[in-house]
Amino acid sequence: MIHSLFLINSSGDIFLEKHWKSVVSRSVCDYFFEAQERATEAENVPPVIPTPHHYLLSVYRHKIFFVAVIQTEVPPLFVIEFLHRVVDTFQDYFGVCSEPVIKDNVVVVYEVLEEMLDNGFPLATESNILKELIKPPTILRTVVNTITGSTNVGDQLPTGQLSVVPWRRTGVKYTNNEAYFDVIEEIDAIIDKSGSTITAEIQGVIDACVKLTGMPDLTLSFMNPRLLDDVSFHPCVRFKRWESERILSFIPPDGNFRLLSYHVSAQNLVAIPVYVKHNISFRDSSSLGRFEITVGPKQTMGKTIEGVIVTSQMPKGVLNMSLTPSQGTHTFDPVTKMLSWDVGKINPQKLPSLKGTMSLQAGASKPDENPTINLHFKIQQLAISEGLSYLLLLLCGTHVSLLQSAPVSG
Amino acid sequence: MSAAPAYGEDKGGSAGPGEPEYGHDPASGGIFSSDYKRHDDLKEMLDTNKDSLKLEAMKRIVAMIARGKNASDLFPAVVKNVACKNIEVKKLVYVYLVRYAEEQQDLALLSISTFQRGLKDPNQLIRASALRVLSSIRVPIIVPIMMLAIKEAASDMSPYVRKTAAHAIPKLYSLDSDQKDQLIEVIEKLLADKTTLVAGSVVMAFEEVCPERIDLIHKNYRKLCNLLIDVEEWGQVVIISMLTRYARTQFLSPTQNESLLEENPEKAFYGSEEDEAKGPGSEEATTAALPARKPYVMDPDHRLLLRNTKPLLQSRSAAVVMAVAQLYFHLAPKAEVGVIAKALVRLLRSHSEVQYVVLQNVATMSIKRRGMFEPYLKSFYIRSTDPTQIKILKLEVLTNLANETNIPTVLREFQTYIRSMDKDFVAATIQAIGRCATNIGRVRDTCLNGLVQLLSNRDELVVAESVVVIKKLLQMQPAQHGEIIKHLAKLTDNIQVPMARASILWLIGEYCEHVPKIAPDVLRKMAKSFTAEEDIVKLQVINLAAKLYLTNSKQTKLLTQYVLSLAKYDQNYDIRDRARFTRQLIVPSEQGGALSRHAKKLFLAPKPAPVLESSFKDRDHFQLGSLSHLLNAKATGYQELPDWPEEAPDPSVRNVEVPEWTKCSNREKRKEKEKPFYSDSEGESGPTESADSDPESESASDSKSSSESGSGESSSESDSEDQEEEKGKSSESEQSEEESGKRKMKKRKKVAEGQGEGSSSDEGSDSSSSSSESERTSDTEEEQVEPDSWRKKTPPSSKSAPVAKEISLLDLEDFTPPSVQPVSPPTIVSTSLATDLEGLTLTDSPLVPSLLSPVSGVGRQELLHRVAGEGLAVDYTFSRQPFSGDPHMVSVHIHFSNSSETPIKGLHVGTPKLPPGISIQEFPEIESLAPGESATAVMGINFCDSTQVANFQLCTQTRQFYVSIQPPVGELMAPVFMSENEFKKEQDLQAGH
Repeated sequence: MIHSLFLINSSGDIFLEKHWKSVVSRSVCDYFFEAQERATEAENVPPVIPTPHHYLLSVYRHKIFFVAVIQTEVPPLFVIEFLHRVVDTFQDYFGVCSEPVIKDNVVVVYEVLEEMLDNGFPLATESNILKELIKPPTILRTVVNTITGSTNVGDQLPTGQLSVVPWRRTGVKYTNNEAYFDVIEEIDAIIDKSGSTITAEIQGVIDACVKLTGMPDLTLSFMNPRLLDDVSFHPCVRFKRWESERILSFIPPDGNFRLLSYHVSAQNLVAIPVYVKHNISFRDSSSLGRFEITVGPKQTMGKTIEGVIVTSQMPKGVLNMSLTPSQGTHTFDPVTKMLSWDVGKINPQKLPSLKGTMSLQAGASKPDENPTINLHFKIQQLAISEGLSYLLLLLCGTHVSLLQSAPVSG
Repeated sequence: MSAAPAYGEDKGGSAGPGEPEYGHDPASGGIFSSDYKRHDDLKEMLDTNKDSLKLEAMKRIVAMIARGKNASDLFPAVVKNVACKNIEVKKLVYVYLVRYAEEQQDLALLSISTFQRGLKDPNQLIRASALRVLSSIRVPIIVPIMMLAIKEAASDMSPYVRKTAAHAIPKLYSLDSDQKDQLIEVIEKLLADKTTLVAGSVVMAFEEVCPERIDLIHKNYRKLCNLLIDVEEWGQVVIISMLTRYARTQFLSPTQNESLLEENPEKAFYGSEEDEAKGPGSEEATTAALPARKPYVMDPDHRLLLRNTKPLLQSRSAAVVMAVAQLYFHLAPKAEVGVIAKALVRLLRSHSEVQYVVLQNVATMSIKRRGMFEPYLKSFYIRSTDPTQIKILKLEVLTNLANETNIPTVLREFQTYIRSMDKDFVAATIQAIGRCATNIGRVRDTCLNGLVQLLSNRDELVVAESVVVIKKLLQMQPAQHGEIIKHLAKLTDNIQVPMARASILWLIGEYCEHVPKIAPDVLRKMAKSFTAEEDIVKLQVINLAAKLYLTNSKQTKLLTQYVLSLAKYDQNYDIRDRARFTRQLIVPSEQGGALSRHAKKLFLAPKPAPVLESSFKDRDHFQLGSLSHLLNAKATGYQELPDWPEEAPDPSVRNVEVPEWTKCSNREKRKEKEKPFYSDSEGESGPTESADSDPESESASDSKSSSESGSGESSSESDSEDQEEEKGKSSESEQSEEESGKRKMKKRKKVAEGQGEGSSSDEGSDSSSSSSESERTSDTEEEQVEPDSWRKKTPPSSKSAPVAKEISLLDLEDFTPPSVQPVSPPTIVSTSLATDLEGLTLTDSPLVPSLLSPVSGVGRQELLHRVAGEGLAVDYTFSRQPFSGDPHMVSVHIHFSNSSETPIKGLHVGTPKLPPGISIQEFPEIESLAPGESATAVMGINFCDSTQVANFQLCTQTRQFYVSIQPPVGELMAPVFMSENEFKKEQDLQAGH
């Protein structure tokens, strides 16, 4: 299966390598660099590159290429899924997954990789188990370790690996038992020039943070489970129970995990809570263009829209832009032609707008493409999919003293 | 890799700009001259007895390895620490060993004894990790040691160690492929393992070592299907793709009859589409409706696979979803394939790499099964943030999905795309429009007009691409499009892209009759600029000249000669050759007359229109989701997806299959019960519970079994078990009894299997061998073997279809004591009808004699073990008579025996804790039971026609024991004698008129 893994930064340096079988020379990455050169952007590097003796499968995350080398037929998604799992694990361990962090923790990273695969086949990929095997570094522990000479390697043996509930470590104890569930919904829409929605999809996740003692068996039921018609679960959820009763029954992992993610299909049209008014014009004769956009709220049920960021890729002909925002800050990168405007909160009384002129390349005819505008925003406490709310969380097995929830959507 | 090149690489690496920390790192510091001493400080640190220093050194060494630097010269210093007490040092040493042992084989041998010691450790995790490192160090000399270790670990108690053994198999195989036969034996053994932990790993080993030995799967097929849902994600992927291959060899194609039935494949498309639209509920409906609609009967095992994989479409792992999707695509009937579309569309929200792979597969699927993805058309709309490769794949899918009804929306969408800034994408969009135009006749003109409009686009690339596509479209119906050709001809002045120019010239040449006035003029212009053109354009100029010469020689004769002369002295030999060739053909000369007469036919032959088709066509001969499919080329180690068996699958194969599976069916049903996590509707019992065996239900299954197997079975069991362990609690002892039983069972099965694979000629020897085996275990079992062999000689007259007979014979043969098999725990209450019926069939045949002599003490069950009962052993049997006191009660004979030194006094039943409806008629108190004596009492229990457990206390003067009785269904029935007519009358009543 997976022979080796190379971590390559954006400037093309291999800064970590790990081999699970015989060593594959790092010169195999030359094929990758070739492909990287051909692709203009990092995202355009093909995920699968065949070379004479090996196949290179790569994922690009956090400005790092994770390149896996395989030699024989294996489902490509298997490898890609695993690489993403590796990244997630690093993120889980170190908070961020970046080149300096990996370099600082190279030994822990190496040990984790060693545990995750055996002979190229995944062995322990659940973060609960891995953390039992190799403890994640914390500042406190680093200090203690330097003084006492103790280690990051767990001294007790990971019993979780042996249990039938491999995702949960055993012997969990908390003085405060608590469980949090966050409902995060994302709406993803394509809107045409005139403002009508072409397609909109809702993608939701329920992230949980469960800190409960012992082996709790939880049951979560929903007010309107029919909304969740396309769901994917964490392996801890019992499929059968969901299928027959539409109840989530599970023994949760310890700590943070994604309980389920769901997808509300494109068929039902969704009300987009925000709108953009735009007026962008290039004039053929002059070298100046006008640019004006206004963002406003629409059907937010009284909630404020926060964290609004507008980005737009301007045509090549645009040399520079001189704009004045009514609020927030904006930047324009003359090299990549990327305009970005960090708006912040939208005040319905005073709508934020960005006005100004663009200077165009002299003599060039007006660009015929309209720039696309990407808009990111967040709304707290609002469910777009018409109120997916959970009814009841039942717990069997242990006593819970505190139960809280904070539904968020955006 | 030897040390030398690695070393060279090291130097190369250190010189690179990417290692700024090089200078600061004392471990790798130093220049070439001080090379001998360069790791001295590390060696020193490793030689101290301070763990902290050792750890520091090891960390630095591992950091060097991670950065790809050579640390092999430290091998002797590191390997010394393999037995270090500090667990982290030890781990890092393992990491080092695995990396360098291959290069320093002799020194690596020093560490072997440590691992061998580790293999015997009482802690399973240490055993496992020792095996893991031992098998990872890739030193050929230790192959025999590895083989031995794997074999031993494969029969380890701990499933975790067995899993590690499964992982070690491919390692050993890659080291020494001569071991294949022995390894296959181990794989066979591990395939029979019932734990989810092992299943994924062993199938992985199977795929790497012996994927061709599909016969090893037969026996484990059902088990794998049932376990699948609880296997970890990575294992699921491997198992599913293996089972896909398996099913392709063993079952009939579900679409075979379908195509006969519904001649119009289009109809099937729409059928599945409708199902889709109905939403999630319709999935069940389709499944239910299926048998009614088709005469084709799917093999139940085929159905089992489809049913058990379906929920995995909701897995969080994209790889699993893809695996199930390809399984459905390759195996499911057309009407059912639709369910995978939704899940695949969901994956499109994942990382772009996942999208890339999924879209490739969707592209292939959408050619074959268009209807499946049509409802999700909008999900494939392109976002401006998508990377180009994703955009192009989405276009591919959109094009495949376009049909008469949705083409307007698709084309509108395409129009937006053309304005994109991403030029590659725009080019691909134009190609896509061209394909839509060829596929859907209705919109051909609209597309063509749209493309012509694009010709006035300012971007040359767009224009060029349009020209190329228009050329292809025009070839289909040139007659009506003289105008467009004229328009194109005008473009030759402006357009510079060679491919487009060449296309225009070809078009004009080909259809010069439609533009008789313009064509010579174009040639004139081209002749003028001939020397400056690209090669591909020059060739087309020659082509055009030749064609015009043939049709309109009056106007173009001189021009043609001029062009040919220019070409004659061109730098490119292709062009010179072409000019010479053309001249000979068209210009009549003395010798070459034969060919030039046909010149017109040669040049102006009607040419078939090019077919614009997807590059994903016919890719589905590769297994979907595989690397080979993605690359459209066979990858190393790719296992061909076999075609369905031609006609009805080979009957002999089926014959082996049927008994094989019915044989397991029994066990499998219980297996299902063991996994309530998914396969049972009583979802309450979690995975934890399924792991702990439930003593109560255990006793129930025991009682079922011994009712067939004669008497005393359980007591003999408990004897053997006494020596094994002396535990206090009855439940525990029962559990261990189950285990010991299992082991015995395995042994027996082994014997039975060893002799001929169920061929009927071997039956005699089989039964004898198994009976001798059972003699060794207990004398009482003989009774039960006897009826078996008797049955073999005189086949049962009841329900004696020949097939059924064969089944039952084999059944007996393999299960020699089928009843004794202490199957792993069923769930708490066996309410499921299946188990009930099972109980019935099991008890069916031996019941006949026992009915005649009812009190002969059939099926003695243990109620209280003599160890647990401090000398008091209690058994019970169902006497199969109505209880005299109350006709609703079942009478139960309780046998007490006192094996202790002291008499037991005052035996009675105390405070029963009973489920509602169940009542107990206690037996009269037994005053005293002297040592060595035994007594029998009769009590009545009204189980209220359920299989609920009756719990009560058994009290002596000094102690109380909690005991429970759970009746098998068979024991709850009273024998009734009736004539045939009466029976028929009753039967009619039951039918529910």
